[in-house]
Amino acid sequence: MSLTPVLPRINKLREQEIRTALRQGIRIDGRGFDEYRSIQVTTGVVSQAEGSANALIGGTRVMAGVKIGLATPYSDQPNMGVLIVNAEFVPLASPTFEPGPPDENAIELARVIDRGIRSSKVILLEEYAPLPGKRVYVFFIDIYVLDHLGNLLDTAALASIAALYTAKIPKVEVVGDEVSLNRSVTESIRTSALPITVTVAKVFDHLLVDPNLEEELLAEARIAITTTERDTICAVQKMGSGAFTRQEIEECVELAFKCRPKIEEALRLAIGHA
Amino acid sequence: MQQGGGAEGQAAEEWRRPDGRAADELRPLRLEVGVLENAEGSAYGEQGRGKILVAVYGPTEVHPRHMEHVDRLTMLCRYHMAPFSTEERRRPQPTRRDIELSKVIREALEAAVLTERFPRSMLKIFIEVLEAAGGTRCLGITLASLALANAGIPMRDLVVGCAAGKYKGRIVLDLSEEEDKEGEADMAVAIMPSLNRIVLLQMDGELTREEFFQALDLAIEGCRRIHKMQVEAIKRKLQEGLALTPPTEEKE
Repeated sequence: MSLTPVLPRINKLREQEIRTALRQGIRIDGRGFDEYRSIQVTTGVVSQAEGSANALIGGTRVMAGVKIGLATPYSDQPNMGVLIVNAEFVPLASPTFEPGPPDENAIELARVIDRGIRSSKVILLEEYAPLPGKRVYVFFIDIYVLDHLGNLLDTAALASIAALYTAKIPKVEVVGDEVSLNRSVTESIRTSALPITVTVAKVFDHLLVDPNLEEELLAEARIAITTTERDTICAVQKMGSGAFTRQEIEECVELAFKCRPKIEEALRLAIGHA
Repeated sequence: MQQGGGAEGQAAEEWRRPDGRAADELRPLRLEVGVLENAEGSAYGEQGRGKILVAVYGPTEVHPRHMEHVDRLTMLCRYHMAPFSTEERRRPQPTRRDIELSKVIREALEAAVLTERFPRSMLKIFIEVLEAAGGTRCLGITLASLALANAGIPMRDLVVGCAAGKYKGRIVLDLSEEEDKEGEADMAVAIMPSLNRIVLLQMDGELTREEFFQALDLAIEGCRRIHKMQVEAIKRKLQEGLALTPPTEEKE
């Protein structure tokens, strides 16, 4: 069930200010329309997790942790490891977040990131099924939003990929039908992609990448586009109660590829894959 | 296989959709408006094996009260799959998928409804998938906008949904459940056809830029064809209404 959300309102004068600035080609925080805020990624921030990372885009801060175990595979995918992505919009991160189970925004965010990871095969799940049909690896990615100043999705995607890429995966030991993880022997992830998510907001008919909180609240609609280094698109999600033209979608896809290198650089710096 | 849409030449004979359709062919589609007694508006549709029923209630008072908007309508949307709608029984509780789809469908419909006409009011849209066969969110949207029209809710345009995707190397229209499972990519699109606006766009799988826009354009083309059927369905309902109106001379 989904209800039209009651969102914080932007003061009319401020709205006017933002609109006037955009008409002159300037964003309220001084950025260009295709310019990200500063990006910072650090990995290995929680030693109890097999993989972890902190991502900052401007003031937006998201932590992600990867925990690894063994589980029974899904019956329709007996030969594949299991990936579970969950997001918590922790109440300390924003006055608009309430304690409780994930709401539709948290669920949507987790599912979009899940699709980006699954579609691009960041983790080759078929290589993580030591006993197909019986016992396979399970990877939990838990996304923890710590400070919400706009564009949670791109920040959460960065944190998730960084945590997964730097995860120390315990080796499996198979004795007959018994499978166990040896946590003292680890290896790095078997991967085949480095997806990057770029969100573009449509604010007063202008297309702005990496919207800050005010821009997000004023946006008619947003679109998140996840791309790979193979020049492909692996996940798209339109969000918000507005509309895009076909031409605007084309421009958004262009922006997603245009912004990719800078974000990828920050990510590669953190995960040590130059 | 790498080429996507342009594989006509070499593999034309090998390539075949499971149900024998052409790449740009829709499944048989049936739309019906005004099928429920209680609801203000309703619609029923079948697409291949898929069966969906949609009801619209309202506008009513807003409940819970704190979800009220002083300047516009509060829309409630529930996308739900019946426990018997899939091969394996589903638990009747909403899944994470149901919650996400309810949100994107609500947002798509909100783009069309003149929400500013109904301050402090609430409109409820219930989408029940009775049998799932791929493309249920798109058919759900198509039917929801018919049910809204049937309820007399003013809209900028109808909303119509259609999926496209990539199946065994080719861009195809309106994926069936089987094609969705085995295919390389899936894209759900909903548009306002007269205003030429995209109100829902979701994609997963992997597509090149060229394939992405090929799929998008094919889905939009599918939406346009379905839109014609939507208009026909509304006309049929209106004509039926006229036929049922008692002739004036009988009154005395």
